[in-house]
Amino acid sequence: MDLIRIEKLEKIYDNDGVATVALDGVDLKISEGEFVTIVGPSGSGKSTLMQILGCLDRPTGGKYFFEDKELQTYSDDELAKIRNEKIGFVFQAFNLLPRLSVLENVALPLMYRGISVKARHEKARELIHLVELDDRAGFQTSKLSGGQKQRVAIARALVNDPKIIFADEPTGNLDSKSGGAILQFLQELNDRGHTLVVVTHESYVAQAGSRTLHIIDGKINKDERVEKRRIVSKDGFLK
Amino acid sequence: MMRISDSFRTAVAGITVHKNRSFLTILGIVIGITAIMAVMSIGQSAQELIVGQIQRFGPANVFVVPGRQPNGPNSAAGTILNDSLKEKDFKDLQKKENVPEAKAVVPYVFGYAAASFGSEIYDVMVIGSSEYVQKNFDLKVAEGRFFDVFETDQKARVAVIGNKVKEELFGSANPIGEKIKFKDQKFQIIGVLAAEGQGSFIDFNKAVIAPYTAVQQNVLGIKYFNRIIVEAESVEALPGVVRDIKTLLRNNHNIDDPEKDDFFIQTQESIADSVKTVTNILTVLLTAVAAISLIVGGVGIMNIMLVSVTERTREIGLRKALGATNGNILTQFLFEAVFLTAIGGVFGVIGGTLLTYLLAYVANKFAGLNFSYIFSVSGAIWGIAVSFVIGLVFGIFPARKAAKKSPIESLRFE
Repeated sequence: MDLIRIEKLEKIYDNDGVATVALDGVDLKISEGEFVTIVGPSGSGKSTLMQILGCLDRPTGGKYFFEDKELQTYSDDELAKIRNEKIGFVFQAFNLLPRLSVLENVALPLMYRGISVKARHEKARELIHLVELDDRAGFQTSKLSGGQKQRVAIARALVNDPKIIFADEPTGNLDSKSGGAILQFLQELNDRGHTLVVVTHESYVAQAGSRTLHIIDGKINKDERVEKRRIVSKDGFLK
Repeated sequence: MMRISDSFRTAVAGITVHKNRSFLTILGIVIGITAIMAVMSIGQSAQELIVGQIQRFGPANVFVVPGRQPNGPNSAAGTILNDSLKEKDFKDLQKKENVPEAKAVVPYVFGYAAASFGSEIYDVMVIGSSEYVQKNFDLKVAEGRFFDVFETDQKARVAVIGNKVKEELFGSANPIGEKIKFKDQKFQIIGVLAAEGQGSFIDFNKAVIAPYTAVQQNVLGIKYFNRIIVEAESVEALPGVVRDIKTLLRNNHNIDDPEKDDFFIQTQESIADSVKTVTNILTVLLTAVAAISLIVGGVGIMNIMLVSVTERTREIGLRKALGATNGNILTQFLFEAVFLTAIGGVFGVIGGTLLTYLLAYVANKFAGLNFSYIFSVSGAIWGIAVSFVIGLVFGIFPARKAAKKSPIESLRFE
């Protein structure tokens, strides 16, 4: 079963009467366990594609099936439920809530599922341990370094046991060393069976996945399977 | 489904982020609720004070007042000048066969005059009545004695003076046996009233009380009464007494049509009722004025909430990305608004209580009013309830605005 299937997906932005085509009839299938990287020049539509796949935005045409369910007719709240239960996000700007602690940030998605404070903090602690930030759990996120922030964001993306994780330029705001560590971490997640979709314009990130989609002018220009995935070292270099 | 306790926590966290701003925002609500609390409490205290004074008249007293029943602010003054109650009416009312259930009939005249002793002059209220007035108003004599029934009949020029009158005219000297003058008419002082608190309709401290016969003839120069007080045997007997008085006076004044009565009847209850009506109207009016400040405060809350929603657009986008529904976001911001106003309400109730207490203290201490401090429970409940409603009313628009934001546009917001 395909985790994600889209058919002739279109997204046209209407900017004061001027139509801009961001996605122009994209067909795509993503299976469980894949590590898909999406590359392309800015304005190519790669972020738009990720936002629609992540149920943050709606297409203006075509069909989107998530776990074989057509999402076209889903209400805002039903899409929120899918994001809450099936999807994890990692953003370029981390998007942590600065006044909450690391623990509270990681546990936040579970709050919207109605899980008790105790249970969600317990779960969050497990993931904070996974990203090796145990000693920072009580810190406000504003006191962390960029790399630490992104690890908190990854822990948050994992806290709801998502079917798929979307990362939009996850290394974009980091130096190469921190970025390398994050990328290595994403590879480890993939090794454990997590499905990942990473949007990037950095080539070393693109080469870290198992499949690369090249997007130009709102179309998939090239869909490349990577036979032997490049391993990222801690200092950010490909082996 | 998000837990209500989490909505609560999120809202508290939201408003504690900007403590100064939150404080300034709720100030309008605090002031509004304080004003409402104070007005309601003071209204209640004032009512109690006045009604308490009225109750001094005794529940079985019937006041016969000359003139038409006042039905507006302008007609009230006319009753003072009316001279429809004559000596004959008083004598007839005293006859047992005319008003069988009357226990006592007390005449009452009053006017203002300058009293002098030696070189001292003091403006007093001269009250003329019978000896029964002492019982009627429960007057305590501090020095000397009250005049008696014979002195009333004999038109004796004797007087009982108020405490303040004694102070002004005699200082610390003993006034008993001395004579005070109203123009060239001399009255011998036989008693001094005990000092009493202010706030009654009649300030007995500044009064000189003498037999009505002497006051009518020698001070005021009138042959009518300003009031005739008929004390019924019991409260139950009041309706009968009132009926008998009306019948007698209409007969004496040749009136067939009750519409054309040249007198009217007041009882303690009817006076208290009209006073309550007046104080209630005043309280409602003042509360309404104070409520305007609440609306202003509410608009302030709305304004700040709108700013907050815009400032936190990215936060809203992120929360939605993580699975917050429109309802979750709406609840979060609405709770914040209600929280702010409710806190404002609580502080307002506290402020109102303190202010009322302070005013009651000042009124007692410095103005000599017997003003009791009343914590208005209804005022407190209303204050907090109203502040809740203000939060809901003025918070819903910003909260809806936040809830309707698209997740992706909010995340992109710079």
